[in-house]
Amino acid sequence: MPETNQPETGRPETHNVVILGSGPAGLTAALYTARANLSPLLLEGEPSSTSDQPGGQLMITTDVENYPGFPDGVLGPELMADFRAQAHRFGTRIETVKATRVDLSERPFKIWVGDPETAEPTYEAKCLIVSTGAQSLMLGLEREIEFVGRGLSTCATCDGFFFRDQDIAVVGGGDSAIEEAAFLTRFASKVTIIHRRGTLRASKIMQQRAFENPKIEFIWDTVVTEYLGDSAIGGLKLRNVKTDQSSELAVTGVFIAIGHRPNTDIFKGQLEMKANGYLVTEPDCSRTNIEGVFACGDVQDDIYRQAVTAAGSGCMAALDAERWLESQHS
Amino acid sequence: MAGPLGTVDDSTFDEEIGSATAPVLVDFWADWCGPCKLIAPILEEIAEEQADALKILKLNVDQAPSTAQRFGVMSIPTLILFKDGEEAKRIVGAKPKGALLNDITPFL
Repeated sequence: MPETNQPETGRPETHNVVILGSGPAGLTAALYTARANLSPLLLEGEPSSTSDQPGGQLMITTDVENYPGFPDGVLGPELMADFRAQAHRFGTRIETVKATRVDLSERPFKIWVGDPETAEPTYEAKCLIVSTGAQSLMLGLEREIEFVGRGLSTCATCDGFFFRDQDIAVVGGGDSAIEEAAFLTRFASKVTIIHRRGTLRASKIMQQRAFENPKIEFIWDTVVTEYLGDSAIGGLKLRNVKTDQSSELAVTGVFIAIGHRPNTDIFKGQLEMKANGYLVTEPDCSRTNIEGVFACGDVQDDIYRQAVTAAGSGCMAALDAERWLESQHS
Repeated sequence: MAGPLGTVDDSTFDEEIGSATAPVLVDFWADWCGPCKLIAPILEEIAEEQADALKILKLNVDQAPSTAQRFGVMSIPTLILFKDGEEAKRIVGAKPKGALLNDITPFL
């Protein structure tokens, strides 16, 4: 059972292992530390449609066809529900909250949820596993938030259904953009992929599928400069980056898939990170620059970024954490 | 869906909303929507805690497409709060429990 000193005494609860984030990395770390009898506490995050959320990025994807062990593919949300159930089965305590502040300057580490200005932290941890992942980037154009849910979407699975027989656009050129576009052709009459370069970054198999799909068209070397419409998206203003010519595209829906940024804001100034915000871990392990803090999954991976690599690195973090905790007692 | 929440579809929507004496929160959702699943347990909690002040009904957009279309739902989860049969508040997207309660309670 978790060792807890409930806040009745005014003291925060102290845990062996606290895990921040509940994608494939965090839940695998939870599974392994739970099976090692470390009674992990997992702060899984809070529901959101525009930011990071429990279950991570797979919660807003469709068919996952490249996770080993599922020959017919599996739906992202279903896969994550199974990950969660498995971590829970071995005694992981899961709280649906998000860390708002951490203090890693001394051990035990301090973690706040809710108001970050509170003097006393909510939890203390002998050892911390950071698996807060990454979240979708938006375009950052005017009226963007206003149009979310009104024709502008970051979740093809959630919203594709509502664009039956309509013309829509996908912005981006990586795997997730192509996957979204292919999925959206189940509903839309036409899907235009708008990409700022002249070639796709997506994997060869995804590219081939997109080029062969009669419902998918491409606009190359082009960026979106403005969302058009009154109460809902009615079109996009575009600019060709090579010719500098502007044009308009009439669409009723636009899906953004231009990449990700790591969820590392609360670690700034404490954990070492690269210029792009991803956490730095030591080669061949999950150790960060602070002893007792381990990182796994997309938050420290700007190269592979796969569910299976995240899960693998979550296992590494759990084993690293377990060995480190043992070394503290001997 | 089991639990404290009722359901509503195209054929029962008008009667359910029209005959309600308390405010009704309709949850537009679908099986294939991850964020919808995240807020489902939160809505069950709210339904139990606010049983006297609020009725929560789930509307599966696969099974009730015309109602979803009639209210211009273009993204799920969408929550629409009806008071005296009229739309009083619309919440688009998944949110934590506290934020949902902040949106809803002024109308209860």
